[in-house]
Amino acid sequence: MSLVKITGLHKHFGANHVLKGIDLEVAQGDVVALIGRSGSGKSTLLRTINGLETIDKGELVVDGAALHDGKGDLRALRQKVGMVFQQFNLFPHLTAGQNVMLAPTVVKSTSKREAEDIAKEMLLKVGLSDKFNSFPDQLSGGQQQRVAIARALAMKPKVLLCDEITSALDPELVNEVLAVVRQLASEGMTLIMVTHEMRFARDVGNKLIFMHQGRIHESGDPKTVFAAPQTPELAGFIGAVQEA
Amino acid sequence: MAYQFDFAPVLQHSDLLLTGAAFTLALTAVGAVLGIGLGIVGALCRAWKISPFDRLFGLYVEVIRNTPFLVQLFFIFFGLPSLGVKMTEWHAAVLAMVINLGAYSTEIIRAGIQATPRGQIEAASSLALTRLQTFRHVVLRPALTRVWPALVSQVIIVMLGSSVCSQIAAEELTFAANFIQSRNFRAFETYFVTTAMYFVMALLIRQLLMRLGQRFIVGRPR
Ligand SMILES: Nc1ncnc2c1ncn2[C@@H]1O[C@H](COP(=O)(O)OP(=O)(O)O)[C@@H](O)[C@H]1O
Ligand SMILES: [Mg+2]
Repeated sequence: MSLVKITGLHKHFGANHVLKGIDLEVAQGDVVALIGRSGSGKSTLLRTINGLETIDKGELVVDGAALHDGKGDLRALRQKVGMVFQQFNLFPHLTAGQNVMLAPTVVKSTSKREAEDIAKEMLLKVGLSDKFNSFPDQLSGGQQQRVAIARALAMKPKVLLCDEITSALDPELVNEVLAVVRQLASEGMTLIMVTHEMRFARDVGNKLIFMHQGRIHESGDPKTVFAAPQTPELAGFIGAVQEA
Repeated sequence: MAYQFDFAPVLQHSDLLLTGAAFTLALTAVGAVLGIGLGIVGALCRAWKISPFDRLFGLYVEVIRNTPFLVQLFFIFFGLPSLGVKMTEWHAAVLAMVINLGAYSTEIIRAGIQATPRGQIEAASSLALTRLQTFRHVVLRPALTRVWPALVSQVIIVMLGSSVCSQIAAEELTFAANFIQSRNFRAFETYFVTTAMYFVMALLIRQLLMRLGQRFIVGRPR
């Protein structure tokens, strides 16, 4: 049975029909790479999966938490789905450790001691166990993004969504973040990631989805799809990215 | 003939002045805590458009900001008893200060809340925090940090404005000064000392509040 199941999902922003009937199934342990041109609806799709955007029509189920035509328990959904953003979005008044502890204590009423243990464990996982007491503005971009990953993991999500999480980073900081994602993938974490790192998508992903004008235009095994794109749009996109 | 300065007839009443200053400070302390508390609630309702409270607070803010403090005070102390709401001069003074500061701090804190980057609220939502939890744990402290200097200035304005409470016979510093002046007719000396006392109090309150803000709101060393 699939962990994430999306059926006939539609989303409009006013007159702009942004998602035009998305069908997608993600199994436990899948690493899905979502690619496509700017404006094709990748971020919107990710944001609907954890309820940051409402759904006009269609069905979304994540591990039993369901939305039918936009109605359902959003907070139940969000507890199953973690999200990491391009701009990190750490809470600036809290230390790295407090950033990670906040949701377990506030949302799950975990005791402070226990939340502290969780935070230490998650910071260790992203290689930042020595930064528990650092504030976000004392960390590099790469470190901030790793704290953001630890913060999402602290809620023990079933699936982690990553929206261009290395795009705001200086080139030399990209790899430390990708290494963490690679590690998570190897531990069996279910991941859906929007990325422009094509080599990473091919090496780490087991499923590639190419979005074009609000639809899933082509999908399949990354190595196969990259080697032999079936549509001119994907071939053109791969060509354009490789030139860059 | 030049005027002969003589401060002795004023200083002889220094106990009255000090008591009055203590009452002014107490009024300010209570007014500041409750007024800022009211301002936080008002700012939340206004910034996040919590209906119908957003419009009620909007009306309240407009009324208070466009009427004189003295008239607000008279309305509470002399006007409300006609409706059967009676209170002592101290209660009226505190209430007027809370209502006045509440209105101004609603607007000040609202600006701080509205400057919250969208991404932080989205991050909190994605972690399954409710709106109220997001406000309390993610939005409030950085918002207060942004506007703290403006809030401190407003508290001082209200402290200085509390001198009009002498008009309803609340025995604060200005009331004490008026009383002393009516006894010794030493207007210059009396109000000179009183002015100096307000000035020192304002400086001390600013220092104290900036320090408290750094310690409990910003919450980290510079
Ligand atoms: N909050 C919003 N309000 C209105 N339009 C939006 C909003 N977010 C995205 N869009 C529009 O939806 C389309 C898809 O955007 P997005 O999902 O961000 O694409 P991608 O992530 O693939 O670049 C674009 O046309 C964009 O302008
Ligand atoms: Mg995007």
